[in-house]
Amino acid sequence: MSTVRIPPVLRSATGGAKQVEVAGTTVGEALEALVGAYPALRAQLFGPEGQLNRFVNIYVNDTDVRHLQDVATPIAERDTIVILPAMAGGR
Amino acid sequence: MTTETATPTATEPTGARSMMASAEGAGDRTSATEPATPSSRIVGLRCRNCRRPEPLGPSYVCPACFGPLEVEYDLAAARASLTRSTVASRPPGIWRYLELLPVDAVPRRGLAVGSTPLLEASRLGSELGIGRLWLKDDTRNPTLSFKDRPVAVAAARAVEFGFDVLACASTGNLAGAVAAAAAALGLRAYVFIPADLEPAKVEHALAYGATVVPIEGTYDEINRLSLEVADEEGWAFVNVNLRPYYAEGSKTLAFEIAEGLGWRLPDVIVAPIASGALFTKVARGIEELVVLGLVEPRPVRFVGAQPAGCAPVATAFARGAADIAPVRTPETIVRSLAIGSPADGLYALELARTSRGSIEAVPDAATAAAIRRLAATEGIFAETAGGVTIAAVEQARRAGVIGPDDEVVALVTGNGVKTPDARTFGLEPRPAGPDEPGLAPPIRPSFAAFEAWYRGGR
Repeated sequence: MSTVRIPPVLRSATGGAKQVEVAGTTVGEALEALVGAYPALRAQLFGPEGQLNRFVNIYVNDTDVRHLQDVATPIAERDTIVILPAMAGGR
Repeated sequence: MTTETATPTATEPTGARSMMASAEGAGDRTSATEPATPSSRIVGLRCRNCRRPEPLGPSYVCPACFGPLEVEYDLAAARASLTRSTVASRPPGIWRYLELLPVDAVPRRGLAVGSTPLLEASRLGSELGIGRLWLKDDTRNPTLSFKDRPVAVAAARAVEFGFDVLACASTGNLAGAVAAAAAALGLRAYVFIPADLEPAKVEHALAYGATVVPIEGTYDEINRLSLEVADEEGWAFVNVNLRPYYAEGSKTLAFEIAEGLGWRLPDVIVAPIASGALFTKVARGIEELVVLGLVEPRPVRFVGAQPAGCAPVATAFARGAADIAPVRTPETIVRSLAIGSPADGLYALELARTSRGSIEAVPDAATAAAIRRLAATEGIFAETAGGVTIAAVEQARRAGVIGPDDEVVALVTGNGVKTPDARTFGLEPRPAGPDEPGLAPPIRPSFAAFEAWYRGGR
């Protein structure tokens, strides 16, 4: 199982859970398992065609999956997946 | 301290160089001197992406779509009280434009931010082939960069929301601005910086008593960490959970430019792009001035400037791409613009396209040369982001985005003392001769020794 860390803005959909254990061999599978367990998350994380929402960033062990293989990025036992809004910035 | 009579004279563009008042004394005055402003002009927050409304609060992300939240105003209410004459009657500083900023009243304490000079740069302009070139000199804010503007707004909001820790993820300029603002307001400051940041910027933040936390990673990694810290620790990160308010502070550059030009708009505005917030908020500020009837509408082209070693927005612009590919490892001397995954990049891209401007990618050697040229022609020593911006003016002029008769305003957003080594990037160090700029070799204190160097080099 991998761990998904849930940001505060999504915790109302997870019953307040800060992290959730999910099964899956890729980021995409893990996220599917997550929204399977908490269906209210689907509209927040995915667009109408099932693509990852433009403003959602996903990190595996602190690396942005856009620098890896996006949702096809393989994950192993005890990997940590972090979901964060694609924002902040400044300098 | 500035008195009520020392307001900037800003109606005559030709007089701007000598007449613009300094920002000194713009802060630390009582709200009793300010006109009562109904807070109803601040309607709330609204998602920029899906338009869903959210109540006013320390939140920054839309719970429905994860899009960025922005402050929404009742511009009709703002229009009723913000006129050219009310602005003229107020002291210098960013709070002249209170009705278009997301705070309820002028803060009782704070640094003297804004009302920086708008300088007619005719020597630089003639070198670049531009008839009318103006420089907005934000090297002269309290912590020597434009960052004092957004931080003043975010800090005021942090106090209104009851936070006692002010924090930021910074590439340097923001660190000093947050540290100083926190000191002035009596808040604790935590500043997260890349561990290899320029020493002058680290010292600057330390000087104000901030706790500086170096992170062994890129700015984007620090930013990601800050998102988690903001959420879990409940700190006021100016550029994370207070970002909707913070970003609004950059609009004051647009207000001051328009006022400084005698309530007119230029043909072109050139600004650096890191996250893209400054670039897009200047445009937003101009739109609001038009809605309020303070300036006549006219098309303004927006030219953005990025260092070639970290130019995700410029790359997307050049390729006509719909999305921005993040830069994982920035490689540039322009640390203040080294954001590989710009939060407002898409909006910056859209602005450059729709306004018929451009986004220029500037090599580091051109940045260093532009820093030297700006200093040598206008007496302004800019931080690396200023060098990128001036080099972008030159590139856009060469490419025809800027024409010879255009009126151009370039934003010089930071002071060169923050990045002193950048000036000589790419130059071979050698002693200066008698007729050239540079450091002469040490000379014994005798006239004969001086003569030997001064005459001998000819």
